[in-house]
Amino acid sequence: MPTGYIAKRIFHLALILLGVSLLVFLMLRMIPGDPARLLLGEFATQEDLTRLRTQMGLDRSYPVQYGIYLANILQGDLGNSMRNGSPVVKEIGARLVATLELSVAAMLIASLVGIAAGVVSAVRQYSLFDYGSMFMALIGVSMPIFWLGLMLMYLLAVLFPVMPMMGRIGMGSEPEVVTGLMLVDTLAAGDVEGFADALHHLVLPAVTLATIPMAIVARITRSAMLEVLNKDYVRTARAKGMGEAVVILRHALRNAFLPVVTVLGLNLGLLLGGAVLTETIFSWPGLGRYVVDSLMARDYAAVQGCILVFAGLMAFINLIVDLVYALLDPRIRVHA
Amino acid sequence: MPKRETFQDLLRSGSAAFGMGLIALVLLVALIGPAFAPHDPLTPAPLDRLKGPSAEHLFGTDSLGRDIFSRVIFGARISILIGLISVSISLLPGTLLGLVAGYFGGRVDSLIMRLMDMLLAFPAILLAIFITAILGPSLPNTMVAVGIVYIPHYARIVRASVLSLKEQLFVQAIAHLGGGHARILGRHILPNALPPIIVYATLGMGTAVLQAAALGFLGLGAQPPQPEWGAMLSEGRQYIQIAPHVAAFPGAAILVLVLGFNLFGDGLRDVLDPSLRSL
Repeated sequence: MPTGYIAKRIFHLALILLGVSLLVFLMLRMIPGDPARLLLGEFATQEDLTRLRTQMGLDRSYPVQYGIYLANILQGDLGNSMRNGSPVVKEIGARLVATLELSVAAMLIASLVGIAAGVVSAVRQYSLFDYGSMFMALIGVSMPIFWLGLMLMYLLAVLFPVMPMMGRIGMGSEPEVVTGLMLVDTLAAGDVEGFADALHHLVLPAVTLATIPMAIVARITRSAMLEVLNKDYVRTARAKGMGEAVVILRHALRNAFLPVVTVLGLNLGLLLGGAVLTETIFSWPGLGRYVVDSLMARDYAAVQGCILVFAGLMAFINLIVDLVYALLDPRIRVHA
Repeated sequence: MPKRETFQDLLRSGSAAFGMGLIALVLLVALIGPAFAPHDPLTPAPLDRLKGPSAEHLFGTDSLGRDIFSRVIFGARISILIGLISVSISLLPGTLLGLVAGYFGGRVDSLIMRLMDMLLAFPAILLAIFITAILGPSLPNTMVAVGIVYIPHYARIVRASVLSLKEQLFVQAIAHLGGGHARILGRHILPNALPPIIVYATLGMGTAVLQAAALGFLGLGAQPPQPEWGAMLSEGRQYIQIAPHVAAFPGAAILVLVLGFNLFGDGLRDVLDPSLRSL
C-alpha cells in the first residue's frame, strides 16, 4: 500500500480528532451552570469561586482555554474527576479494558454466528432456515437491546438460574490485576475456576451486545454470498468436480468477505455505543456505564474524557477498516 | 414510477404489507386508543402495585399500581411523535446540507462534509446522551438530540445522489438554458433524489424510536410520570426479579413499532430503488 495513502488517511484522522475536541470543548461550555459553583457547592464564598475560576483557567478567553485544554490532552492529561479528584485518565483506563473485553467477546459471537447463518441462508436460499434466520435477523435489529438484556436476565438468571445476574466475576474470585482483562488475568494466575467464573459472567452481556451486529452480519453475508454464488468461477469450480464445501468456503466465502469485513469494522463503533446500555443493565464496570454515571453526577471532566476516548477509538477503527479495505481491494486507493 | 403502482407493489410484497399493518396498528392505538384505555395512565393506585397480568389489568400494574396496558396505549402517541419529529429534525437540515454540498462542490462541500464527519466520529447514542445533557433531560430535548445525531446520514445520502444527478444531461441542459441554482436544485435535482431519502427516513423512524427509548431508559428522556416506553422499561429494570411484566410489555411495544418501520422501509427500498440494497 502506498505510504501516501496511509499518510493522507492519518492526516484526515488527526483533523477529525482536532475538530471533535473543539466540538466537545464548545458543547461543554454550553452546559448551563458555573463549573466552579458546581465543584464548591452552594455555600462557597465569592472569593473562593473567583480563586477556583482562576485556578481552572475559566477567567481566560475561550481560545486560550482551548489551547490549554488541547495541550493537556496531548500530554495525556484529561483533567481530574470532579467527584473524587483522581485523574480521569486513570479512571478511564481500568474501565476501558472491561469494555474492550466485553466488546471483543460480543464481536466474536456476532461474526461467528452471523457469518455461519448468512452462509447457510445463502446456500439454501428460500429454505425454511433462510426465512427463519432472516426473520430473526430482522427482529434482532428491531429490538431494544436493553429490553433483550433484561429479558435474558429474567429468563436465565431468575426463572432458570443458570447464569449470574451481573458483574464480571464472583465475589472473592477477583484475580490480581495485570491486564485488567478478567479472562487473561485469571488464566495468568493459573486459576481455572476463576477463568470459568469470569467466562460465565461474560456470556449474557456479550450475547446481548452481539445481537444487533450479529443480525447485520448475517444479512450482509447472505446477500454477498448470493451475489458470488452466481459467478462464473464458482460454476467452474463446481464443474471441475470440487466438493461443495470447498466451493463454498474457499471460492465463494473468500470473495464475499470484503463487504463482510467492512460491516464488521463499522459495527465495532456500534458495539461501543451498545456497551453504554448493556453495561448499565448488567452492572458491568466499563466505560459506557462510567459515562452515564458521570453525566448523572454532572462530572463533566469525566464525561469529556470518555467522549474523547470513544471518538478516538471510533476514528481509529474506521482508519483500520479503510486500510484493510484498501489492502484487499486496490481499486479503492485509486479513487480515494 | 406512478404512485398507485408503487403502492400495489408494496402490498404485493408480504413483508412490506406486514410492516404497514404493524405501523397502522400502532397509529390506530395512538389515535383512538386513549379513548378506550381501561384506566388512567397517570393515577397511582398503591393497593394494586406490581400485580401480574389479569383480566382487570391485561399487562399487569407497575410499582405505583398504574395499569401498564393503559400506559402502553398512551405511550404509542409519544413514540409516534418521537419518530416523526426526530426524523424531521434530521431530514430537513440534512437534505439541505447534502444538496448544497453536492451541487456546489469545492470548499463548501469540504466544509460541510468535514463537519458531518465530526458528528459521525461519535457513537450515535453517546452523542445523543451528550446533547441531552447539555439541553437538559426531557422529551422534547430527546427528540432534538436524536434528530441532530442523524443529520449527517441524510446529508451523505443526498450529497451522493446530487453528485450523480448534476452530471446528467437534463440537468446540464437546464443549466445551459439559464436555469438558476435554486430552480435546478429545487425543481429538478431534489425530486429525483427523493427515493433514497424516503427509504432512509422510513428506516430512520425505527432508529429514532429505539434511540429515544434508550435515552428514556437511561433516565435522560421523558421524565416521570410520562408513559414513555423506554422510561417504563427503565422502571421495570428495578423489579425484574419479582415483576418481569413491568419491563416486558413496553419493550414488546417498541419491538412491534420498530419492526413495522424496518419491514416497511425494506419493502419501500425494494420497490423504489433496488440499487440501495446496502442501506
